[in-house]
Amino acid sequence: MEAGQLLLRLEKVGRRFGTSRAAVEAVDLNVPEGAFVTLLGASGSGKTTLLRLIAGLDQPTEGRIVWRDGSPPPLGYVFQSPTLLPWATVAENVSLPLTLKGRRDPEAVARALAAVGLADRADARPAELSGGMQMRVSIARALVGRPRLLLLDEPFAALDEITRDRLGALVQRLWREQALTVVFVTHSIPEAAFHATRAVVLERSPGRVSTVIDLPEPRERSRTSEAHFATCARLAEALALTMGEEDADDAGESADA
Amino acid sequence: MLERLAPALVTVLLILLWEGLVHALDVDPFVLPAPSAILAALAAKGESLMGAFLYTLRVTWIALGLALVSGVGLAFLIHRSRLAEAAFLPIAVVLQVTPIVAIAPVILIWTGVEEPERALVIIAWIVAFFPVLSGLLSALHAIDPALRDLFRLYGAGSWATLWRLELPAALPALLSSLKVAAGLALIGAVVAEFAAGSGTSQGLAWRLIEAGLRLEIDTMFACLVLLSAMGLAQYALLGWLERLVLRRRGLLRP
Repeated sequence: MEAGQLLLRLEKVGRRFGTSRAAVEAVDLNVPEGAFVTLLGASGSGKTTLLRLIAGLDQPTEGRIVWRDGSPPPLGYVFQSPTLLPWATVAENVSLPLTLKGRRDPEAVARALAAVGLADRADARPAELSGGMQMRVSIARALVGRPRLLLLDEPFAALDEITRDRLGALVQRLWREQALTVVFVTHSIPEAAFHATRAVVLERSPGRVSTVIDLPEPRERSRTSEAHFATCARLAEALALTMGEEDADDAGESADA
Repeated sequence: MLERLAPALVTVLLILLWEGLVHALDVDPFVLPAPSAILAALAAKGESLMGAFLYTLRVTWIALGLALVSGVGLAFLIHRSRLAEAAFLPIAVVLQVTPIVAIAPVILIWTGVEEPERALVIIAWIVAFFPVLSGLLSALHAIDPALRDLFRLYGAGSWATLWRLELPAALPALLSSLKVAAGLALIGAVVAEFAAGSGTSQGLAWRLIEAGLRLEIDTMFACLVLLSAMGLAQYALLGWLERLVLRRRGLLRP
């Protein structure tokens, strides 16, 4: 892909909680405008911490985050779980980012719901929806304020494989149609390989960038193509490098337990 | 169907059994009056007992109202501020763990000399307020941190978070703690009337003691019946309110 303008740049970013080991350390990361960046790593690699730092939900204890325009653009955030208000309707949930800014925009809400294919469920309550539908509501909520940057934190980890693939395709479509920049945290190799224009592999304890793989763009998004499997293999290799033998033992033990 | 009727059927059966046994064994009415005698006492003293009923009900509900306002207010204050937690929570706990029977005389002396009703309300409030506070506090602690992040992410201020997240999220816990608090407020009112003693209170509990002193055992039982009717009625009312609100908010399946 063309070396587009950087939307944001992490410079030697670190986050230490108390006196314990840093969750992330000396992370340098470039996010080009319009890129689909996937952060791939084992648990404990600080993926979520990095995403929270980018979102401004947390502040780095070392280094800094530089934004192209000096400050973060409008952003949307999708959490690991749908995090919907159970007492509010789908439309009210989607509208929340606007409501909190004192705005009312039923058209924007309708547009966001249509974009995720839930136009007909605006009056439903979250409990009446399946897990996948709830996640789509959550994505619609992230889109309603017309963000430039969409941050997703392992959004589909709790869903079944088919739903996960469908929602993945949805995110792909939204990324293209709405000219978004996406940072997508995942621990799934195929998911990272499928989506990424730039796949970042993190090592753990402390979280650091281990490998950055830029993937050709535009390309056909397929989960069965040879190119996809080749990317998966590269990512798997890079991920294996981040895990020492200790980790392998750990994994064995916990599997026995 | 039978399951729904069972409690009423069993109650009626037990009352009939009671009535039958009292007559069959010729039990002394000073020991155990028959249900028919209690009913007769209720009818004979209905008007004055109803006055006492309303008096106790009034004390209970004023105390419940105060418990609601103060419990909710303090819960939000404590949740927001460590300082408020350090300052107020220990006092609330001390009030909660000290037996109310032991505090009641002191409060009666402090506040009840000219105005006994005020002391009764304060005592009932002390008992009723803690479940509101603790129920609400645990509901506030239980709010999903991701939801708080979400509100922070979209720039929600303190008031918006209170109004759009914390209050609605705590509402079910508040409604269910109110049921507990109402029962405790009634207990507090009864204890307070007991402690207040003669001439100061006109409530049901005082009528109960008075009837006991006069050996009007049937009237004692009539007071008892009215007290539990009051407890049951307010529990049923608040339970109905709880279901109504939760259903309207889609938190309960219709």
